[in-house]
Amino acid sequence: MTAISPTTTSQAAVRDASIAVAEGRAKARLRRRHALVIGLRLAILVVFLGLWELGADYNIIDPFFFASPSGIWDQIRVWVTEGTSQGPLWVQIYVTLEETFLGFVIGAVGGIAAGIILGRNRLLADVFSIYIKIANSVPRVVLGSVFIIALGLGMASKVALAVVMVFFVVFANAFQGVREADRAMIANAQILGASPFQITRTVIIPSAMSWILASLHVSFGFALVGAVVGEFLGAKQGMGLLISTAQGAFNANGVFAAMIILAVMALVVEFIITRFENYVVKWRPAPYNEQGT
Amino acid sequence: MQLQPMAAERLSQAAPPADAAIAIDDVTLRFVTPDGHMMTAIRDFTMTVARGEFACVVGPTGCGKSTTLNLVTGLLRPTTGNVRVMGNPVNDISRDIGFVFQADALFPWRSVIDNVAAGPLYRGTPKAQAYERARDWIGRVGLGRFEKHYPHQLSGGMRKRVALAQTFINQPKILLMDEPFSALDMQTRTAMQDELLGLWSEQKSSVVFVTHDLEEAVALADKVYVLTAGPGTVKSVYRIDLPRPRVMADIRYDPKFVEIAKVIWNDLREEVQLGQSRTLQTGH
Repeated sequence: MTAISPTTTSQAAVRDASIAVAEGRAKARLRRRHALVIGLRLAILVVFLGLWELGADYNIIDPFFFASPSGIWDQIRVWVTEGTSQGPLWVQIYVTLEETFLGFVIGAVGGIAAGIILGRNRLLADVFSIYIKIANSVPRVVLGSVFIIALGLGMASKVALAVVMVFFVVFANAFQGVREADRAMIANAQILGASPFQITRTVIIPSAMSWILASLHVSFGFALVGAVVGEFLGAKQGMGLLISTAQGAFNANGVFAAMIILAVMALVVEFIITRFENYVVKWRPAPYNEQGT
Repeated sequence: MQLQPMAAERLSQAAPPADAAIAIDDVTLRFVTPDGHMMTAIRDFTMTVARGEFACVVGPTGCGKSTTLNLVTGLLRPTTGNVRVMGNPVNDISRDIGFVFQADALFPWRSVIDNVAAGPLYRGTPKAQAYERARDWIGRVGLGRFEKHYPHQLSGGMRKRVALAQTFINQPKILLMDEPFSALDMQTRTAMQDELLGLWSEQKSSVVFVTHDLEEAVALADKVYVLTAGPGTVKSVYRIDLPRPRVMADIRYDPKFVEIAKVIWNDLREEVQLGQSRTLQTGH
């Protein structure tokens, strides 16, 4: 048997150079593709808004009912520069955000705590599971009316509605996450010397964390819905009231403008939650479709 | 009884002596399945592991190999018979026990050093001291450059090294291993077996090593327990008189090793066939 040396040094140098060229080409190709995707996204937006605007100009789409991009833009500009009928726009945004945020935090903390307690205790879980299912199947938005009656037109009724919107989503995920904690991992911690409390803190909660974080994404949207619907049903301030006022005045532009402002608020918070998630679960391998970007 | 060659002496089972590291005496374990049936996992099971001894348990799939380990940890209680660890009845999970799992049981959200330090931290060792010891053990398993890595960034073999360090840092007097290397490729497995024997000879712990791989059992053990197809009981016990230290990469070409493996395989084969045909008949 003899070992065969595959390449000489000069061949290796030629090979390295050709690899560098190929890498350069591949990188350029990736950049072009990225630019193409962004370009197409912008094109779709421009075409969509353009058709809408033209349709409204030529009365194919009745702007009285379905608004028009320029009308919506004007409305937002008026709100920003001159304020709304119920005070400055910023106050409305602030009020709605405050209600959403309070409801989100209270609902999420409650949901996580309840999920962990029931997930760790089989008897409690078996007893309560039926009631949670029932409570979950009630259309919770209807509770808004009850809260308005009981808690009044102020902030408390909106926060309460946001809390019930958030609680069940987070609870269900936390519960599932706790139940799916790896048995071998729990046994390992136990044999390494962990007490039941240490197991909950160092094994159960971290392994439920991906589930909980996934639910936080969804439930922030729910909290926003809860707050806006609450304002819709009866309030003195907030984005929901703005929508309901615009609706009362047959101002379609106003409804769309408020909707867009709410969407921007949701996107900003979603971005913050994603940053938080990446920070908390930095131990996790990158999902397949994000690798290499 | 047929005559056994010297290297693989068949032992007769007697009541365990009082000073044994592990003594499982005539244990039967039954449990109720979720649909209300009574299942016998193991019956009339007797096993003794002396201090510093390396015992392997082989047997067909589903014969209760892992059950024997859980009896020693105290995670399962015998229906009849009794289990003693270091002379004391098993009540709670003993601090003397270390367990290496078949599946990956590392904590994926902790870095290598945080994983290895987990045991001492759980047991109340001050942080600085726990990390100092963890660093030492990571060095001993050759992962000094990977302290800050997370488990998903390591290969299967490296994760097993972390698991060994995580277990050995508690300096267990009893080491239980449940098919720890079965998911590894051949070369990595051989390296890990050498690593394990090295650590074991330093620590002088008593080992129960469960495997379905007879050659692995013969290569590692002082004593091999062959179990019957489920419900498991001890079919026979062999003493393996191969000299130590053993080198895993070479031992499989040793004629004495081949001879011992052949003798035990003849014994094990009918149980494996029985177990397989039973699985096909009952469908589970």
